[in-house]
Amino acid sequence: MAEQKVLMKGNEAIAEAAIRAGCKCFFGYPITPQTELAEYMAKRMPKTEGGVFLQAESEVAAINMVMGAAAAGVRVMTSSSSPGISLKSEGISYIIGCDLPCVIVNIQRGGPGLGGIQAAQSDYFQATRALGHGDSYAVVLAPSEIQEMVTLTAKAFDIADKYRTPVMILGDGAMGQMMEPVVLPEPSDAEKIEKTWATSGHGNKREHNVVNSLYIEPNVLENIVKERFERYATIKKEETLYEEYMTEDADIVIAAFGITARIAKNAIKAAREQGIKAGLIRPITLWPFPDEVFAKVADTAKAFLCVEMNMGQMLEDVKLAVNGKKPVSFFGRTGGVVPTPREILAEIVKLSQEVK
Amino acid sequence: MAYNCNILLAGFGGQGILFTGKLLAKCAMELEKEVTWMPSYGPEMRGGTANCSVIVSDERIGSPIVVEPDILMAMNLPSLDKFENSVVPGGTIIVDSSLISRKVERDDVNVVYIPATQMANENGLKGLANVIMAAKIVHTSAFIDYDKFKDVIRAMVPAKKAHLLEPNLKAADLGYNF
Amino acid sequence: MAVVFEKPHALTDAPFHYCPGCTHGIIHRLVAEAIDELGIEGDTIGVAPVGCAVFAYNYFNCDMIEAAHGRAPAVATGVKRARPDKTVFTYQGDGDLAAIGTAETVHAATRGENITVIFVNNAIYGMTGGQMAPTSLIGQVTATTPYGRDAKANGLPIRICEMLSTLDGVAYAERVSVDCVKNILSAKKAIKHAFECQLAGKGFSIVEVLSTCPTNWGLSPTEALEWLRANMMTQYPLGLFKGER
Repeated sequence: MAEQKVLMKGNEAIAEAAIRAGCKCFFGYPITPQTELAEYMAKRMPKTEGGVFLQAESEVAAINMVMGAAAAGVRVMTSSSSPGISLKSEGISYIIGCDLPCVIVNIQRGGPGLGGIQAAQSDYFQATRALGHGDSYAVVLAPSEIQEMVTLTAKAFDIADKYRTPVMILGDGAMGQMMEPVVLPEPSDAEKIEKTWATSGHGNKREHNVVNSLYIEPNVLENIVKERFERYATIKKEETLYEEYMTEDADIVIAAFGITARIAKNAIKAAREQGIKAGLIRPITLWPFPDEVFAKVADTAKAFLCVEMNMGQMLEDVKLAVNGKKPVSFFGRTGGVVPTPREILAEIVKLSQEVK
Repeated sequence: MAYNCNILLAGFGGQGILFTGKLLAKCAMELEKEVTWMPSYGPEMRGGTANCSVIVSDERIGSPIVVEPDILMAMNLPSLDKFENSVVPGGTIIVDSSLISRKVERDDVNVVYIPATQMANENGLKGLANVIMAAKIVHTSAFIDYDKFKDVIRAMVPAKKAHLLEPNLKAADLGYNF
Repeated sequence: MAVVFEKPHALTDAPFHYCPGCTHGIIHRLVAEAIDELGIEGDTIGVAPVGCAVFAYNYFNCDMIEAAHGRAPAVATGVKRARPDKTVFTYQGDGDLAAIGTAETVHAATRGENITVIFVNNAIYGMTGGQMAPTSLIGQVTATTPYGRDAKANGLPIRICEMLSTLDGVAYAERVSVDCVKNILSAKKAIKHAFECQLAGKGFSIVEVLSTCPTNWGLSPTEALEWLRANMMTQYPLGLFKGER
């Protein structure tokens, strides 16, 4: 059968991709601009074998329901937008501390506080540095096309199970609301993945399993954390993803993720029409961050321009990765304002004159 | 030169602006072109102004937000006021002249005035002014064969709402032949 | 030789860490006996709280999850929804269930979530060293009510069984005590019945157990039992508030 393309919103595409990846439980709470995801789940899950949709009383409850279902050994997801992710922060830390797999979607909006409801990327620091308290990280995937939302959702569940870690899909209001044609994968059989650690009832066949993040003895806790960081190192080695776009001969290299990266591509094309050699590095995993490609491209590029829908957050990672080899400048819009290709082009032109 | 068309559809919430965008997006899919559909969202969707960006292209699409439209469809005065000047020179503005009494001030764009809302009301097609407008976009831009356009409409009307098919096709004819 | 008394299988061999005279040990045993008698250990998942019973995951032989403070009913909901054929219980204290986790408790109850909640009410925060609990009595001296709990300054104590019994989703709510043999036997029946409600798919079941905290009450174990009878039972009368037993 030929590949059937369907026109889907980002929010809906993530939901459908999750179901096809074997997601059995969804726990959420309404918040703009991710609500279509929950609504889609509400419609589809009851029609899916063993599928559960539950609208929780709060984001706090939702993430703890995720913890329960993850502990019980099923594929589980929750989604929210920025203020809601802050509420989930406690639960995410416990989930990391318990080494439980799950997928968390953040369709970002402007902040801080109630902020706004238009698209933003201002939760980069929270996603990559502080999803919860303690020595903790979670894998963060940043799609920039709806088709990529589909493929990364499936990947998110696989990474989560493989490394027993939460995985965040970091989108934004624009990516959540926009539609593009997508090809959906065939449903996968997630039940095959054996979870010997799950608390799903021992059936009198094994010792009892315990899912827990409490370790009163400092030495014990230190060892547990160190073991987790060894896993983090493996994740960095095995799972780091990025896209290089016209970087081979580029003098000016833009660093951008998600929606901003695709907007930057327009600016890069326009710059090249003017004879300015521009290119793009698009981190797909924001954590782990693709340091190596920046270090490599820094040998040939003249300057980097980090473009984000915030006041300069990934900028810090780009600077660390470029490590002083070349100047790194920044252009950002925030509060829900989406940069235009023309604005980015103007920055490229300015920068190209400075580094001539 | 690769085909690339930036369409901006704007009007009041409730006029079917987003549906019009979806209709055009499905046409693009029918032609196996790349397409993005990007709505405005938020409080404005609840009775205020609504707009929708649709980009149709031979190449993969970068920004999904139309800032400088090749085609602007304006279904209320605030939309024309807001977006008239953003249309590229040589572009097209399609105005629902039953709702917008003023004329387009620019002389470097093509303008089509069509009293779509009035036509819909007079023909018992209340609420289908957007389909009349969409058909006019198809007629003006020739971006899809009209028969294929009608096939897309047929495919978009769900079986449960089959009684809406004829009115939709009638609206399309009115717009296309205007 | 005939065995006349033995440890329930649903309890592990790990020695309890509870203070002398604390009644958590009795309540653990009652829960374990109920699990044994119903033959459900292999199909049961328990959710431990934050509070004195935080290590409950070490004591019960069924699969166990340690939840964040107050979130046990939400975690239990996740487990139950994922594995509806399993038996799921939470074991929570008064701070966990009736303060920081009130929202999770009330909403799990009103959803009629088919889980069992064992609620240990000893009118004080034990683990953190004797601070006021939502269930502390008026006049009760605690580390954070050093002049006694004053209704104006500190609010009034909360009666959980009475409150939850107004919710349609609650199948069974009973308050019991473990201050004497008679009441312990009654408490055992109530806990077993709560599990039976779940096995019958009836919805949310809760057993509130009045318990002592000799250490933080500053009383001997015997005095503590007397204090419970004299003070707690008047504020928190024993009895069946919802459902039948």
